[in-house]
Amino acid sequence: MNKGNKTILRIIGILTGLLFLSPFYIVIVNAFKTKKELFMNTLGLPNSINFNNFVEAWKRLDFLSVFFNSLLITAGSIVFIIIFSSMAAWMLQRNKSKLSNFIFFLYIAAMLIPFQAVMLPLVRVMGKLNLLNIPGLMFMYVGFGSSLSIFLYHGFVKGIPTALDEAATIDGCNSWQTFWHIIFPILKPITITVAILNTVWIWNDFLLPSLVINRPGTRTIPLATFFFFGEYTKQWHLALAGLGLAIIPVIIFYFFAQKHIIESVTAGSVK
Amino acid sequence: MKRNKLAFWGFVGPSLFAFSLVVIVPLLVGIYYSFTDWNGIRSNINFVGLKNYLEIFKDEGFIESFIFTTKFTIASVITINVIGFSLALLVTRKLKISNALRTIFFMPNLIGGLILGFIWQFIFTKGFASLGELTGQRWLLGWLSNQETGFWGLVILMAWQMSGYLMVIYVAAIQNIPKELVEASQIDGANAWERTKHIVFPLVRPAFTVSLFLTLSNSFKLYDQNLSLTGGGPANSTQMIAMNIYNTAFKFNEMGVAQAKAVVFFLIIGVVTLSQVYITKKSEVEM
Repeated sequence: MNKGNKTILRIIGILTGLLFLSPFYIVIVNAFKTKKELFMNTLGLPNSINFNNFVEAWKRLDFLSVFFNSLLITAGSIVFIIIFSSMAAWMLQRNKSKLSNFIFFLYIAAMLIPFQAVMLPLVRVMGKLNLLNIPGLMFMYVGFGSSLSIFLYHGFVKGIPTALDEAATIDGCNSWQTFWHIIFPILKPITITVAILNTVWIWNDFLLPSLVINRPGTRTIPLATFFFFGEYTKQWHLALAGLGLAIIPVIIFYFFAQKHIIESVTAGSVK
Repeated sequence: MKRNKLAFWGFVGPSLFAFSLVVIVPLLVGIYYSFTDWNGIRSNINFVGLKNYLEIFKDEGFIESFIFTTKFTIASVITINVIGFSLALLVTRKLKISNALRTIFFMPNLIGGLILGFIWQFIFTKGFASLGELTGQRWLLGWLSNQETGFWGLVILMAWQMSGYLMVIYVAAIQNIPKELVEASQIDGANAWERTKHIVFPLVRPAFTVSLFLTLSNSFKLYDQNLSLTGGGPANSTQMIAMNIYNTAFKFNEMGVAQAKAVVFFLIIGVVTLSQVYITKKSEVEM
């Protein structure tokens, strides 16, 4: 490639990059403005930097408590998804029976089912079981998350030689010991992928928690944002500060785990 | 043998129990409900045959939302794939800023659809309006106040969110292209466009299958962004199928009809995505 071409490409790259960043710019600058200032000047920088809107939004969102709800639900669900999906995937891959193939097929086929198709009966069934609460929600995430997670683990287990399992059995390990001491540590790379993909999904999920735990006190970040936004539609300066707060944890997560995140997303889609 | 069975269910059981109770049972119960007059409140439920399904075809709101969703899906699948692929070509050209660009393009994909929709609601209604007044461009005024701008608003929002995702998938495919192939074509005198057309395009076909599947199903099932960007308005003119089902169930308490719609929705998604995968897979190049 010659020099001129490279310069043109670089300029195109910078312009597209700025275009992609502009929504963040709009949110940030306006979250610092007063109501009046925002109305007069939407595109420019704020006159002064003060955090009043953020403080106000933090209080009204009850941000600390919704943040911990989100964290608890996401982390709790992920731990159970990892434990149960990896166990099931290993057994389904190693056991070559018809039943085992059929169960695996069910998990894969279920990926096509849209949430709307199960939403109404799910709420009814879970209501009857007294599971419309945070533990119930985690249980549902284990159910919904198992398809993709088992699929990913299954593909990875295929690449682990069965000789390893056999050696462990000869050494006197039972299935439980073989799995946890020998197999599970080898699964680490795919466990990271499973954890990241499910984190992104559960952290941002709105519809399911809105049907299950939609009460003050148990709300997650997306739920609290939705209600906050409904109350302050005419007060964009507060609403935008709230949106800013909601985004910050994701951006921090992205900066720390960027490489893993991009690798996981690629692995999760291409397989 | 008994021990083996015990181990099998011990390992598969917990996951399968949650999966059955959350996915399989509700799916079957849902199919049954779609043939009943269930309204979510009354406890006695009567079998009504195909009544709910016949009602769907008389429901103008559903038909309109179906047409809107289909148009939206076509527009967004094309836009996202074209932009995603272009970004992938851009960031694989070994510029100094390539890595930074990749980070930026992918970022919106991690933010939840609900929050993205609110952000863009502000941009379209306030940001666009200010820009329009500043530059005198009248087409920037009044966004989201009619079906057309609501439609393109959703397309732009989805393009911003998903292009980076597809870029990542296409980048992985482009980087898998053997260097010798590209070099050989350069020696043969192929220019950049010819190389893209005859080498890159055919060899990223598997990634294209995946990308098409992802964008197709994500666009067709869209709910969160629809809710937060336009709320289906004005006057339900930008309501998509998922939202129509939700409203039928929770605003009008017609659970049976909503469930019948959901079953139809499931069948459409199944048929469309499976035939897409079948068709695009058939035309992939074997390496």
